Amino acid sequence: MTTNNPAAMAVPASPAGALWAPQTATAEVVANTPTWGKALPFVGPVLLLLLWDMVVRFGLVKAILLPPPIETVLALVGGLAGGPLLTDFGVTLWRTVQAFLIAAAVGVPLGIALGSNEKSYRSVEFLIDFFRSTPSSALIPLFMMIFGISDINKVAIAAFGAFLIVIFNSAYGVMNARKQRVMAAKVMGASRWQVFKDVLVWESLQPTFVGLRSAVSMALVIVIVAEMFIGADNGLGNRIINAQQVMRVKDMYAAILSAGVMGYALNVLFLVSEKRIVHWSGR
Amino acid sequence: MSEVLNAPVFADIPVPTFKPGPAGTHITIRGLTKYFAGWPLYENFDLDIPKNKIVSVFGPNGCGKSTLINMIAGLVPPDSGEILFDGKSLKDTKIGYVFQNYREALFPWMRTIDNIAYPLKLEGKSKAEVDRRMAELVASFDVKFDLNRYPYELSGGQQQTASIMRALAPKPEVLFLDEPFSALDFEMTLFIREKLQEVFMQTGTTMLLVSHDLEEAVYLADQVLLLTKRPTRVAEILHYGEARPRTTETLSEPSFITAKKRSLEIFQREVRR
Repeated sequence: MTTNNPAAMAVPASPAGALWAPQTATAEVVANTPTWGKALPFVGPVLLLLLWDMVVRFGLVKAILLPPPIETVLALVGGLAGGPLLTDFGVTLWRTVQAFLIAAAVGVPLGIALGSNEKSYRSVEFLIDFFRSTPSSALIPLFMMIFGISDINKVAIAAFGAFLIVIFNSAYGVMNARKQRVMAAKVMGASRWQVFKDVLVWESLQPTFVGLRSAVSMALVIVIVAEMFIGADNGLGNRIINAQQVMRVKDMYAAILSAGVMGYALNVLFLVSEKRIVHWSGR
Repeated sequence: MSEVLNAPVFADIPVPTFKPGPAGTHITIRGLTKYFAGWPLYENFDLDIPKNKIVSVFGPNGCGKSTLINMIAGLVPPDSGEILFDGKSLKDTKIGYVFQNYREALFPWMRTIDNIAYPLKLEGKSKAEVDRRMAELVASFDVKFDLNRYPYELSGGQQQTASIMRALAPKPEVLFLDEPFSALDFEMTLFIREKLQEVFMQTGTTMLLVSHDLEEAVYLADQVLLLTKRPTRVAEILHYGEARPRTTETLSEPSFITAKKRSLEIFQREVRR
């Protein structure tokens, strides 16, 4: 629940921040690093690709289990450039987005409401913590009984898992609001409602974003699992399991990598929007 | 018929009659009681705070200096007792409060100017009224930094200046300052100290200043309120009538040195007791 995510620092500053930036030591450190410093993030992936290539080239792993990296990357790029992989990518993305939107639309207001009344939160805390600790995938059969083997089912289970994360983070965001800011508003004569809308909601924004970011990752995980095991006929999860069963490993790896691309892109998207919206975070 | 015969006798403790303070009293505190973890911090504490004066609160560590002003400002509920402002309750009194920790007092999601205007917004003032008051404040504080920035983009001293401006924006009857200088560097402390003195000379707002720096406490004060160890009582109220504006020269004048020395003596007596 800490605010200083090191990954957040890597995100370019928002235009608001660019207007005036405090002269910090970091600026000098960056300026003093040699120009190849910017290439550092690529070292790991390149090494991994090289290692992968060696393993395939020297036949350390059977070719039927591991295709050469170049071919896999080409399959990934080709697939995402308009092949059938793109369709499955789109379907999975759309399910994840739906699940996320439901979770956020219900979870954020409910979490903030519960958090601003600690007694009500304490009375449901056990339920939230219990189901948050229950692997959502364990609930898939239950959801199958309720929703049947349908598209709604996949979205519903993912939304459920994501919702619990959102509600937990938003509620704690309100409960852990800086007491002094609340006092400052009270001493200026703010009513309970004014304290809520002018202070508590804003204070909870940063933890809410942490919750939303974890929630979208959770939604993606559950959607992929659901696509694998709840009779789906599309989606990345379905594509991965189908490719695996007929040993089309190149396709399988391409689908796995594209799921990674989606997860990573969603994460970056949330970090960037958090940086823009919660511009005071960590300052 | 319904009367109980031979009922046990319950005698009510007579409520002490309310004794008003001397003429010129602004805040009247009577029978203030506050327990912390079962131990008395304040018990039946009476105090009169004069109007249009600066009162510095000084005392041993843990005697509840901040708790006292927080109870007066309504941030900490007393267990019992009565606090009146010119005979009114806190509800009908406009107050301003400056926190020690300006970082957690200003709202970082608002621009600095919106922070300063916030109490006026709460009062439902019109845009024109708010703008007029902001112009007044900016002029009287001689603000040199950009108020369109967010608080976290300002230096500590600038943020505390903004906090004081926010507290003064609605023209409060009483201004509470809880160690407003302790988180600032020396240069900023001197600057804000002068600003406060200027504001006081312009407006005559009653101020209650908690300080842990005796020099600063005496320098700004008309009265130094010296407190004892807990359970806290008034050790002594020291008057310091030096004319304003007080300057750095004041610090080396005999009257200042005497007042400071006397405060220190009382303080040491109370700490050792």
